[in-house]
Amino acid sequence: MLKVRVIPTLLWKDFGLVKGVGFDSWRRVGPVLPAIKVYNSREVDELILVDIIASREGNNPDHDSLNDFADECFVPLTVGGGITDLKQIVFLLHAGADKVSLNSVLFDNPNLVNDAAYQFGVQCIVASIDVHRFEDRFTCLSHSGTRNSQYEPVVWARELADRGAGEILLTSVDRDGTMQGYDLELIEKVTSAVKIPVIASGGAGNYQHMIDAVKQAGASAVAAASIFHFTEQTPSGAKAAMKAAGIPVRQSLYSSSPSDGIQIILN
Amino acid sequence: MKVAIINYGMGNLGSVRRSLENLDADVIIAEHPKQLLDANRVILPGVGAFGEGMKKLCSEGWIESLQVQVIEQGKPLLGICLGMQMLSSLSEENGLNKGLNFIPGKVLRLDQLGCCFRLPHVGWNDVNYQENVSLFKKIPQQTDFYFVHSYAFIADDPANIIATSAYDISVTAAVRKNHIFGTQFHPEKSSKAGRQILKNFIEFTVC
Repeated sequence: MLKVRVIPTLLWKDFGLVKGVGFDSWRRVGPVLPAIKVYNSREVDELILVDIIASREGNNPDHDSLNDFADECFVPLTVGGGITDLKQIVFLLHAGADKVSLNSVLFDNPNLVNDAAYQFGVQCIVASIDVHRFEDRFTCLSHSGTRNSQYEPVVWARELADRGAGEILLTSVDRDGTMQGYDLELIEKVTSAVKIPVIASGGAGNYQHMIDAVKQAGASAVAAASIFHFTEQTPSGAKAAMKAAGIPVRQSLYSSSPSDGIQIILN
Repeated sequence: MKVAIINYGMGNLGSVRRSLENLDADVIIAEHPKQLLDANRVILPGVGAFGEGMKKLCSEGWIESLQVQVIEQGKPLLGICLGMQMLSSLSEENGLNKGLNFIPGKVLRLDQLGCCFRLPHVGWNDVNYQENVSLFKKIPQQTDFYFVHSYAFIADDPANIIATSAYDISVTAAVRKNHIFGTQFHPEKSSKAGRQILKNFIEFTVC
């Protein structure tokens, strides 16, 4: 049986890891490499690494740094931030990314999904959608939450899936960093509209939030950052709680104690 | 032990190389078919589309080299993901495309085979393997491996399917014919269990 994945998200700015609230108020978390080493030694299901300023500042993805990070990573690694063309994807894949996450570029050039899926396979292409809620209406933001695209997330998700995206990474900008729970309504709307897997992101503050995203909203995977950076909760703890709730999860060969949160190593 | 990883421009060679280096193998990233001459083991990795992959293997001369080194000289070969699917006779991905035909069978989309779950099949899934298969030595039954694919290999001879995984239907997880192996999952991304698969492949000896 396919397992529901628990995916730590690592946001990368300049030379270190950061975490914010609502895509703002960035707080330094620590260096990138030790975090990847720790997560790898604990056999997390997967990692997502996003350069949060590349798109905003028009920078190329930093494949030299990625090469160093990938040296330490023997679990699947998705890399995003600043990707605008096929050549950059080739470099990132050669540097050690298994999948690439595309976001801002797609509002101007949605064909990049078709081209990338054709050349590298759909399994390689993660379409990332950042969503902001205006009262009862949802809209997609780009460039790390700084621009409003006016696109409607369900319509956009469906289009990206039709163009060949292999997965959707769906982030609620409003819930990001708040630890108040995923936006279940948003996730449910998107999971019921597309036939590709959807990764829920933005808002996880406890294990029950992850269980809700899967059981109530149909997420195939849950991504989270603050909960792992700033609390004692761990990916293996999350999986134990999910298992107890009847969700199939991968049993890691590594067993961890409750006190081994990533923040202890990073601080 | 010299292990050649075929670089035909498809996919992430870095993680395969690093996994093998961690096992103290002498790794050659083979950029040219002649480089298979020095190798004791050959790995055909790959992510991407079948037709594109075969086109590259053909235009760069890999097919003849694999024929000589693997089929005639008997060097063990491991195909990973697309690399495994290309061991087949035929694929229906983006039109009909011929494969290497090292393990007769064809490659079909999972939904054509009756799978109604979300595609691609992506994530960790447990694998059941035939007893006494050297590739799975020291690995418990139902260990999780990392899959990411939408197409699956249906071998003509069921005996060539040495492991399966359930995703609505039974999905071929690994194949073997004599000294030729393939895994649909990615051992290089399957943490400790994946490392054991690569170790078992390196240690495999033709009886």
